Amino acid sequence: MKRDPIYGMMAEFDSATALFDAARSTRQAGYSKIDAYSPFPIEGLAEEIGAPHDVPLVVLIGGIVGGLTGYLMQYWMSAVDYPLNVGGKPAHSWPAFIVITFEMTILFAGISAVFGMLALNGLPMPYHPVFNVPRFALASKDRFFLIVFSSDPKYDAAGTRVFLQGLQPRSISEVPS
Amino acid sequence: MDEQSKVSTVDVDRAPVIEPGYTFGTVTEKISAIVLTRPASNGWFVGFGIGFMLTMMLLYAIGYLFLKGIGIWGVTIPIGWGFAIINFVWWIGIGHAGTLISAILLLLRQSWRNSINRFAEAMTLFAVACAGIFPAIHVGRPWLAYWLFPYPSTMGVWPQFRSPLMWDVFAVSTYATISALFWFMGLIPDFATLRDRSNKPALRIVYGMLSMGWRGSARHWHRYETAYLLLAGLATPLVLSVHTVVSFDFAVGIVPGWHTTIFPPYFVAGAIYSGFAMVLMLAIPIRKIYGLEDFITERHLQNSAKVMLATGLIVAYGYGIEAFMGWYSGDRYDAFTIWNRLHGPYAVPYYLLLICNIFVPQVLWIRKLRASPVALFLVSGVILVGMWLERFIIVSVSLSRDFLTSSWGMYYPTRWDLMTYIGTIGMFLAAIFLFVRILPMISIFEMRTLLPEAEVKE
Repeated sequence: MKRDPIYGMMAEFDSATALFDAARSTRQAGYSKIDAYSPFPIEGLAEEIGAPHDVPLVVLIGGIVGGLTGYLMQYWMSAVDYPLNVGGKPAHSWPAFIVITFEMTILFAGISAVFGMLALNGLPMPYHPVFNVPRFALASKDRFFLIVFSSDPKYDAAGTRVFLQGLQPRSISEVPS
Repeated sequence: MDEQSKVSTVDVDRAPVIEPGYTFGTVTEKISAIVLTRPASNGWFVGFGIGFMLTMMLLYAIGYLFLKGIGIWGVTIPIGWGFAIINFVWWIGIGHAGTLISAILLLLRQSWRNSINRFAEAMTLFAVACAGIFPAIHVGRPWLAYWLFPYPSTMGVWPQFRSPLMWDVFAVSTYATISALFWFMGLIPDFATLRDRSNKPALRIVYGMLSMGWRGSARHWHRYETAYLLLAGLATPLVLSVHTVVSFDFAVGIVPGWHTTIFPPYFVAGAIYSGFAMVLMLAIPIRKIYGLEDFITERHLQNSAKVMLATGLIVAYGYGIEAFMGWYSGDRYDAFTIWNRLHGPYAVPYYLLLICNIFVPQVLWIRKLRASPVALFLVSGVILVGMWLERFIIVSVSLSRDFLTSSWGMYYPTRWDLMTYIGTIGMFLAAIFLFVRILPMISIFEMRTLLPEAEVKE
């Protein structure tokens, strides 16, 4: 597949409210492939953009796998592979296994949360087309950006620029890919 | 949020979390400038130098220990635990306040935590690193410390999972891992800020790599916030479990003075107590030196003082119950342990402990003192000493005189014990000094969310 030389059209805004309103207007205008960038999380913005809610499932699976690993590891080692009589306690002394089962649940769920989040976000990705816009460096400081991807069926260079202009941004730039 | 809009400037208890007049830009500049543009002062080099030299002393003490064995320490039968376990419990307890601030206060929506969570988490990591040294070098043959982990060995045996010492291995290593992940995850958006603000190409590459290419996309933030919240939800029971398991090391044994059910809650309260004391001992000089009084305000000091007061009272209750049970249980060995604490050879440290942990901190009831950084700094120091003495008493008094008079003995630390202990304090300090220079010590992106403009007005 040939890559589009243009990644999208980006508009820069001054405030969180302006970005939020712009994202909503863009969605309502019929654009579906858009994204917004901000220096901090903005409540409700992801819902406007349309974001999947997929992290919790990864964490749940991680936790279940961790708990099972923790318990079965102790069961197999103490009761199956090498049963050792310690103070006459049963080889499968389950109450004593709970603490490590718990810790392993937390460990696996926590690792799944962090690495699951990174993987679903497609990170690490040191290079990305949006970094081609020099002003985008401010997205990690105090500016807010909205992008309409060129893959959007409604995207056309001139029309989208006119539309974004109507949202009264600070600046508009075409993002080369 | 409603609470904050009712802020009045007169009432110190409701001092603002961040002084007015800041914007996204100035918050960013102020915090990142400490890392990117501010030259290291002579004071920093002196402080780091002291920490570094003490770290060298620690390495020397450990090196000599590896050569000679733990006979160079004061530990002997009947007191086989000594400084190693005292310091382990002390350090790991200090770490707990970091997780409390970053995770539990996040779940409780205490937004004032945003300006102190980063360095409190750093404190946790460094404290856990110091703590982890002690059990590893205390095992006698430290080069075999990896035997603690269940790995398929040629001997065919597995660790003893019914022992609290084994639970400790899992609890502490999980705690260290989760704390490091939580800390790193919080740093990712700030690494992106440093990448974009730095004008040195090498720094841009380093911070760029560490930021994982973070670009602040709304979808990314959405997943990020979910994961952060879930991690906080996981870290909360974890931190409570860690000191509970540490207390099991004692409470599951039958030694008089250890075998009590009050140990888990009172260990957790004591951990948070000493941890907040360490947070204040770090925050008070740092905010002064780096001019961060606008971000770490009186409100933070006040709130930390209140947490110390509350947890200190829980600890006092724990001591009270211990004494009461010594009498009420009718167990002569328990009763003797209490008598021995009050009148035995370790009575002086016990009274010092009561003074440091119970009596002196009561001055925090006075509002004027809660608002005074100098007073808080001093009280925090007293609490840290007191909490160290508490662990000393728990370990030494009970082991020195248990069931059989013929097996009584005394424990006196040697210079190697002291060098190792002071060395870990130096290592902790050196790490903190490095941290404030190379990483943003306040979470920049979370500070931005505290500004009124961060909210979307519809």
